[in-house]
Formats: sequence, C-alpha cells, structure tokens
Amino acid sequence: MARDGFCLDLEPPTGEAAVVGRDALDALIAVLRADGYEVIGPVRRDGVIALAPVTTLGDLPTGWGDEQQPGHYRLVGRDDDALFGYAVGPHSWKAELFPPRADLYEVRRSGSGGFEVQASPPDDRPRAFLGVRACEVAALAVQDRVFLEGATRDPVYARRRAQAVVIAVDCGDPSSSCFCASMGTGPRVTGGFDLALTELATGDALVVRVGSDRGAALLARIPHRTPTRDELDASREVSRSAEQLLRRRLDTTGLRELLVAEVEHAEWDAVAERCLACGNCTSVCPTCFCSSVEEVTDLAGERAVRRRSWASCFSQQFSYLNGGTARAGIGARYRQWLSHKLSTWFDQYGTSGCVGCGRCITWCPVGIDLTREVVALRTRPSSATAVGMSLAEEL
Amino acid sequence: MRYRVRAHFRETHDVVTVVLDPAEEPVPVPRPGQFCMLWLPGVGESAISLSGRSHPDEPLVHTVRAVGPVTAALCALGVGDEVGVRGPFGRDFGLDDPDLDGADLAIVAGGLGLAPLRPVLYRVLDERDRFGEVTLLVGARAPEELLYPDELERWSRSGAVAVFQTVDRAWPNWPHEVGVVTQLVPLLRGRVDRTWAFVCGPELMMRYAARSLVGRGIRPERVLVSLERNMQCGFGLCGHCQLGPFFVCHDGPVLEWSRVESLMAVRER
Ligand SMILES: Cc1cc2nc3c(=O)[nH]c(=O)nc-3n(C[C@H](O)[C@H](O)[C@H](O)COP(=O)(O)OP(=O)(O)OC[C@H]3O[C@@H](n4cnc5c(N)ncnc54)[C@H](O)[C@@H]3O)c2cc1C
Ligand code: SF4
Ligand code: SF4
Repeated sequence: MARDGFCLDLEPPTGEAAVVGRDALDALIAVLRADGYEVIGPVRRDGVIALAPVTTLGDLPTGWGDEQQPGHYRLVGRDDDALFGYAVGPHSWKAELFPPRADLYEVRRSGSGGFEVQASPPDDRPRAFLGVRACEVAALAVQDRVFLEGATRDPVYARRRAQAVVIAVDCGDPSSSCFCASMGTGPRVTGGFDLALTELATGDALVVRVGSDRGAALLARIPHRTPTRDELDASREVSRSAEQLLRRRLDTTGLRELLVAEVEHAEWDAVAERCLACGNCTSVCPTCFCSSVEEVTDLAGERAVRRRSWASCFSQQFSYLNGGTARAGIGARYRQWLSHKLSTWFDQYGTSGCVGCGRCITWCPVGIDLTREVVALRTRPSSATAVGMSLAEEL
Repeated sequence: MRYRVRAHFRETHDVVTVVLDPAEEPVPVPRPGQFCMLWLPGVGESAISLSGRSHPDEPLVHTVRAVGPVTAALCALGVGDEVGVRGPFGRDFGLDDPDLDGADLAIVAGGLGLAPLRPVLYRVLDERDRFGEVTLLVGARAPEELLYPDELERWSRSGAVAVFQTVDRAWPNWPHEVGVVTQLVPLLRGRVDRTWAFVCGPELMMRYAARSLVGRGIRPERVLVSLERNMQCGFGLCGHCQLGPFFVCHDGPVLEWSRVESLMAVRER
C-alpha cells in the first residue's frame, strides 16, 4: 500500500492466510509445472542471486544472503537455512514480461522491389514468478501502467502478464541499498499477488496470504493448515524488523517539483564527472521501459528481422538526431533519467517510476546513489541560466 | 502496410519527394502535421511527415532529406518499389478547430520544415474564405535549398498567401531577403490578437521564431511548433522521443509553445 501516495496503491488481498511447510512449497512448484507453467525463481549463479527456471525447491539459494553497497554486491553464507534470505539481485521480473530482445516481424524479399511480412512467433509460455518482493510487486504495477494503460498497449507484455502467476515473498533481510519504505512499497507485500509468503524465523513453516482466486485455487492443491495467532504475529514481526533494518531514505516531499525546478543545478555537472554512461542503472531497474528497434539482415539481404531490444537513455545514440544528439552531455542524460523516474513519470503514468529497490545503487560501477543525488539537488545552490543571444549569433 | 512508389521528384540535391499508392489496405489519411513511419525492409524505418494533400482520394506524399541510411534509401527509391508504411502518428496542427475560423495565419518554415507545413497550405487554400490574412515566411540556407520554389511563386502570385522568402547566403540576383527567417516576422500581415502561428524547422530556429512571434503579441498557446526527436515506435512506448513529460510522437509532434517553452529553454533537454 502506498503509504505516502508516491507509488501506486495495490489491490489489497482478498483471501485468508494459511501455513505451509517447505515440502508444500516444493509441491506448489510441481503443481505449477504440471499445469504447464515455467516456474521462475531465485537461483545462485555467477556469484549473484539470479532469476531463472526452477524445477524443485532445491534450486533455490538456501542459506545464502547478500551484501550490497553502492557499487558493490557479494553473496555471503547465512548462519541459517533461509530460502529467501537476501534482497533483490541484478535481475528483475521485467525481463520475463518485457524481454530484453524480442523479434517482431520477419520480412522476405519477393520479386523486384517487393516484400512479404510475417509476424514472428511469440514466446508465450505461461510463467509463474516465485519470490517476488514488495518493491517488485510495485514495479509490476508501474509497468502495467506503462505497457497496458499508456499511449499504446504492448501485446507481448499483455499476453505474458495476463498469464503470470505472482508468488510474492516478504523481505526479512533487506540490503543497505533498499529504500522501499521511503517509497511506500515495502518491505511487506500488501497486494498485487496471487500468493504471498512469509518465511518465519524458526522452523520450516511459511505463512501464506491469498491474494486472488487463482492463488486460492493453487493453495487448495497443496498441503496447508490454519495458522495460529502466534504464527500470524510472527509473520508481521518479520516485516517490522525488516523495516528497522532499512537505513537508506529518500525524502519524497516536493520531489516532483524539485526536479522540475532544478534543471540547471550544478549537481548535474558534478554527477557527469563520475557517471560512465554505461546504462547499468537502466538495465537493472525494474521499471525502465525504453527500447530500440533494429533491422537484422541475413548476409544475402533476402531476409530481415525487426528486433526490439532494451535501450538506455544513457547511450549517445538514444536521443540521436541528424546533426547530433539531443542530450550530448552525460549530465543531461543523468538528469533525464532521474527526472523521468521521480517527476515526469507522474505526468505520464500517475505514479513514481522508482519503487525503491536499490538496484541502480548497487549495480552502478562507480556507486552513484540516486538518494544522495536528491540530497545534493536539495542542498546545493542552483546555478543561473544564461540567456539573451539572438538566432544569428547562435548560428 | 505496403505501398508502391508511383512517382518521385528531386527537390534539391539531397531532398526527394515520393508519391506512394497503397499495395494493400491503405493507412488512414494523415492530417496536416502528422507523420508516418516509412520502412524499408533490411534497412530500417524513419519518421517522415505528410507533405502532400490530406485527402482520401490523394496518394501519400512524403518529402525526404537523405541524411543517413534509411533516408538515403528512401530518396533512392524507383517507381514500382515497395515501402512499408505505419501510421499516421501524432498530434496534427488541428486545422479543423473552429477557433481558427476567421483567424489570421502566420506559417513559418525553416529548411525542410516547409514539408510538413505544405499540407497546411493546401488545406488553407482549399478553404481560403475561412481565414483572414495568411502569411508564409520561408527560410533556407541557400536559394538552391528552398523547397517547392514553383509552388511558392504560384501561391504568391495568386495573392491568396503573402509569401516572404529569405536565405542565409544568396547569389547575386536573388530577388528575396537575406538573413534568418525570424527577421521576417515584422512582415506578418493581419492582427496579432487573432493570429495563429504554425512553425516548423530546426529546433534553434523554432525557438527564436516562437519567441519573436510571442514578442509581437501572438498568444503563446496559439503558436504551434512541430518538434523533432529520435523516434523508434511512433506510439509512445519506446521512450526515445521524450521531452520532459511529453512523448513527442504521441503528445506531439505539434505542441503549443506555451507548453514547451520552458522545456526548450534548457539546453540538452
Ligand atoms: C515527427 C518527425 C517528422 C519528420 N519528418 C521528416 C520529413 O518529413 N522528412 C525528412 O526527411 N525527415 C523527417 N524527419 C527526420 C527523419 O525521421 C530522420 O532524418 C531519419 O530518421 C534519419 O534516419 P536515417 O537512417 O536516414 O539516418 P541516421 O541519422 O543514420 O538515423 C539513424 C536512426 O536515428 C534516428 N534519427 C536520426 N535522425 C532523426 C531525426 N531527425 N528524427 C527522428 N529520428 C531520427 C532514427 O531512429 C534512425 O533510424 C522527421 C522526424 C520526426 C521525429
Ligand atoms: S530507480 Fe533505482 S531504486 Fe528506483 S526502481 Fe529503478 S533501480 Fe530501483
Ligand atoms: S549512473 Fe552509474 S550505472 Fe547509471 S549510467 Fe551512470 S555510471 Fe552507469
């Protein structure tokens, strides 16, 4: 639930709560797979918690945690065998609904100067998402606004989203990059899920909350029992203590207006000195939605595929116009990104574009931290604008 | 949708106008100020404004400057070649708006910016009685860069439109003005309190033109500028064309100066 109206309000859960054991969670994966779902969940891979297909509960990174700082990520062993004892990693569910690369059309030359167009076959396997965090449920709601309720409905997203089963999990051990509480999105999942899990500190019990009819039907097919009052209290306590651990803050008061007012702030030049324009922040962000389309041709030039790929507003080509780039300087690109996330996103979609997941902070190779950039924009004096030239002088 | 080239005309050394007939179900008729995405399979796609008549009985006409791979290939099309067309996209100049009845019009074009404004002129000439004074200010870098010189002469001679032309660099016998197009603004006919302005050209030129039009007393919400940004999708999803809160492809390309002035005052926005 958006506690301060900066992020979207989510549909509150409908159903009751239950308690399941780990074997029941394993059974849930099996049930989903039997129904034809590809279950995607957290796995330990290449030194990070990645999101990948899982077939049993054994695929999950049991007993692993993470350590995150601006520009820093490391997996660490935990002293318990928690299933979900880490915060979000570099992957997000965005990749499942808005694929990093998708073929749109295939074209073949026919005769002299003519061609035939065929839509590329869509990859529409139904997917179940296991372990969706509160900030990520919020990110899904933001992406729904973008891809389903924006200027144009994206058919790929629409098909995949309608099928996606969301099994959320409450965070018990947020990272130092997380600031979901400031954004009103976490750490507790409050809506937008089919089932939501809380891993209790003791034993192998998980409290399950039901968020939809689909979730209720799934729960009915796995062993579960009614929770005790203590178990429900313990579940809420997990979120309370997680909230205590959230150190990072973003003050959202007047933030939308701040970014409109501070377009000429000296901080944009200061951040440009450090930013590499690598675009890591946009690719790890669960809500960034920009894309480019390129034409991929075979060697003979007889066949071409139109391919949509993720794009980043940090790249030079992103705002390319004949005769140059609209945002040539890195400061202007960082300003575009941050202003979009925290300000113009509201004009376009009625919500913040940032949900406070902290990924862009952790995965920035030079540790640029948007919460500190906002502090800088609030505190340092604004620079003055130079005007008063004529067109003939500027030419 | 597939279209076939009916004819093509060379306008300047790097600008070509193509006339397209539908090879299958046609796209809806673009309105003046709207654009289509023209696609050459294997090469790519570009946003190109309507430059011909906006009418269901007319072919689709686009004027293209060769600046890169796609536009160069569009300029090199031969009669009978096929082009993919998506669209039309974007917000048009809104000529149907009854507020324009009886208005004086200031049409200001810089360089290729005359192409998207030509459909406006066609429309205005078809409904000439609806409007008061109509002035067209046209600027180009050099006389040989001016688009549609014959039509400019025709419109001027007919007396229906007051046409003023200027170039940055002239040859000796150039009969018109020399200098930037904003210097022509004082020549506007009509009354500023009932003037609507349509402006298209390079961004820098539009900024100065809009400022001088407003400086003369035209209301900023009646100064319509046609913006250009990198575009990949045309329908507000790819993100490339953003300018502050606007998706230029969807909220624009035609926007009121009153809504974009502060955005365009900031460099690299
Ligand atoms: C609303 C609108 C209307 C336009 N109308 C016309 C017109 O009537 N006639 C005309 O000749 N040109 C017009 N343009 C510009 C035209 O779209 C670009 O010149 C063209 O995309 C360049 O592509 P290219 O592959 O030839 O060149 P490159 O410069 O190599 O372009 C590479 C890519 O960059 C992007 N790009 C480059 N320049 C522009 C640009 N100016 N605007 C948008 N995207 C760009 C495109 O995505 C293109 O695929 C218009 C642009 C917009 C946004
Ligand atoms: S801007 Fe950064 S913290 Fe906000 S949602 Fe995107 S990645 Fe997460
Ligand atoms: S802010 Fe960091 S992650 Fe984003 S482009 Fe700059 S250097 Fe890369």
